Amino acid sequence: MLIKKTPDILSSEITDSRLYFGRRRFMREAATLALAASLPTRLLADKPTWLNNISPSDFSTSEQPNSYSDITTYNNYYEFGTGKDQPQHQARNFNPWPWQLKISGEAEKTGTYNLEDILAGRAMEERIYRLRCVEAWSMVIPWVGFPLGELLKEFLPTSRAKFVEFVTLNDPSRMPGQKTRVLQWPYREGLRIDEAMHPLTILATGLYGEELPNQNGAPLRLVIPWKYGFKSIKAITEIRFRETAPNNSWRQSQPGEYGFYANVNPEVDHPRWSQARERRIGAGIFAPKQETLMFNGYADQVASLYAGMDLKRNF
Amino acid sequence: MWLKPVNTLLLRRRLIKPLVFALCGMPFIQLALGAFGVQGFSLGANPVEMLLHSCGKWALNLLLITLCVTPLAHISGWRALFAYRRMLGLFAFFYACMHLTIYLVLDQSMLWSAIIEDVLERPYITLGFSAWLMLLPLALTSTKGMIRRLGQRWTQLHRLIYPASILVTWHFYWQVKQDVREPLYYIAALALLLGWRLYRQRTRARSRA
Repeated sequence: MLIKKTPDILSSEITDSRLYFGRRRFMREAATLALAASLPTRLLADKPTWLNNISPSDFSTSEQPNSYSDITTYNNYYEFGTGKDQPQHQARNFNPWPWQLKISGEAEKTGTYNLEDILAGRAMEERIYRLRCVEAWSMVIPWVGFPLGELLKEFLPTSRAKFVEFVTLNDPSRMPGQKTRVLQWPYREGLRIDEAMHPLTILATGLYGEELPNQNGAPLRLVIPWKYGFKSIKAITEIRFRETAPNNSWRQSQPGEYGFYANVNPEVDHPRWSQARERRIGAGIFAPKQETLMFNGYADQVASLYAGMDLKRNF
Repeated sequence: MWLKPVNTLLLRRRLIKPLVFALCGMPFIQLALGAFGVQGFSLGANPVEMLLHSCGKWALNLLLITLCVTPLAHISGWRALFAYRRMLGLFAFFYACMHLTIYLVLDQSMLWSAIIEDVLERPYITLGFSAWLMLLPLALTSTKGMIRRLGQRWTQLHRLIYPASILVTWHFYWQVKQDVREPLYYIAALALLLGWRLYRQRTRARSRA
C-alpha cells in the first residue's frame, strides 16, 4: 500500500533505552526493593507484558525522532496545567492503574472493561509519527500502540455508528488542572467513523518502547497524525459510538478558532496566526521554521477521506 | 568625626543605581546563560519561544514598573524615586527591542514576506509593533539634552507611554490561546496605574476651579 520503506529497526534499538531510563529505573528499583518483602510479585514487573513485543510499522516516518526529554517536557495537557512545561510536574503523582474503559452507544457490545484485559496479548507496533500542534510547532514521536479501528471492530458497531466520541477522565482530585475551568471538563473529542477506522489512527500506550508517561496521556491516548494535536485526546475513559456528530472541547470553547476536523492545513490559517510554517522542536535556536505539509504530510493516505469537501469551511 | 552624615546623592549614584541596573539586567543574563547552554540555565524544548516570551514579558513588567514610579513617589512623598524612572523605562525599551529582534531574526528568520503579512494581518502583532513604534521616540528623547531642548513638548511626547502600555497589554491578552488569567492580572494592574492618574488629574482640576 505504501511506497515508503522504513528500516526494520526500532528507535529504542538504536538508542539504548537504558541510557534514557537509567535514572528513572534506579528510582523505581529502589522503591520496589523497599516494598518487595510485602507485596505480591506481579507488582515487580518492570513493564507491562503488552510492551514486550513491539514490531516496527511501514507507517513510520524515517525522520529523526525528538528526544525523550523534548517529548515529555513540552506539551499541552490542560488537565495538568495550561503551561507546556507544567504537565511533567503536575502529572508526576498520577497513577493511571487500574484503568477502566467504557464502551457505549451504537454498538452490539458495550460495557465497562479493564484496560489491562483489553491490552493483554494485543500486538503492538511502534509508529513514528509527525505531530503538528495547532500552535505551529511540531515534533517526531515514536509512539507504541495499535490501530483504533482494530479495537472498535471488536465491539461490533451498528450501521448507526457514524461518529466516535472520546472522553477523558474527569477527576479534579487526580487532575489538578480540572479545578480551573479553562475548558469545560471532561475533555471531549470526536472523529467521523471513517477517520476512526483509518489505519493511521492509533491508540497509544507507549513511548520509546516504554510505558506512556503520565504527562503524555497515560494509560491510553489517541494519535491521529494528520490532525492538529488537540484532536489526539489523552487518558481516555470512554469511547462512544454515535449517530450524530459530537462536539469537541476546543471547538466548544472557541468555535471560530478550532473546528471539528482540525486537519493540518497550511492554507487555512488560525484566525490569530499563520499555519503555513511550523517550528520543529529540537531543530536548534537558529533553525528556520519549516513548511507545513497538507495533512501533515499524510495526504497520500488520507486526502481521499475529504474528497469534494470545502476544507476552509470545514476547518 | 567618622559619623559624617551619609551623602545620599553619592549613595544613590554609587550604590542604588548600579543595583537597580543589575536587577533589570538579570533576566537578560539568565536568558543569555540559557542560550549558551550553561548548566542549570536551560531554555527548555523550544528555546526560541522561551526567549521571545521572556523578553516580551520583561518589557511589559518594566513598563508597568516604570508607571509605578510617579504614583509611588507622590503617595510616599519619596521624590528620590524619580531618579530611577528613566533607567527603568530604557530597560523596558531594551527588552522590547530584544523581543522584536528575536521575533524578526530567530522566529521568522527574516522572511520579510511573512513578517509583513504578520504585522498587517495579525491584529495582536499589529498592536505589538505599534507599541514598539511609540516607545522608540521616547527612548531617543531620553537624554538630558533632549529633555532641555524639547521643554514642555517633552512632557507631552512622553505621555505616549500610556497608549503604548495599553497596546502592549492588549498584545499580550490577544496572543494567549485560552488561559487569560495572567493577562487579566496585567490588565488590572494597568487599570490601577492609569486610573490613579485620571483620578489625580480630576481632583487637581477641581481644586483649581
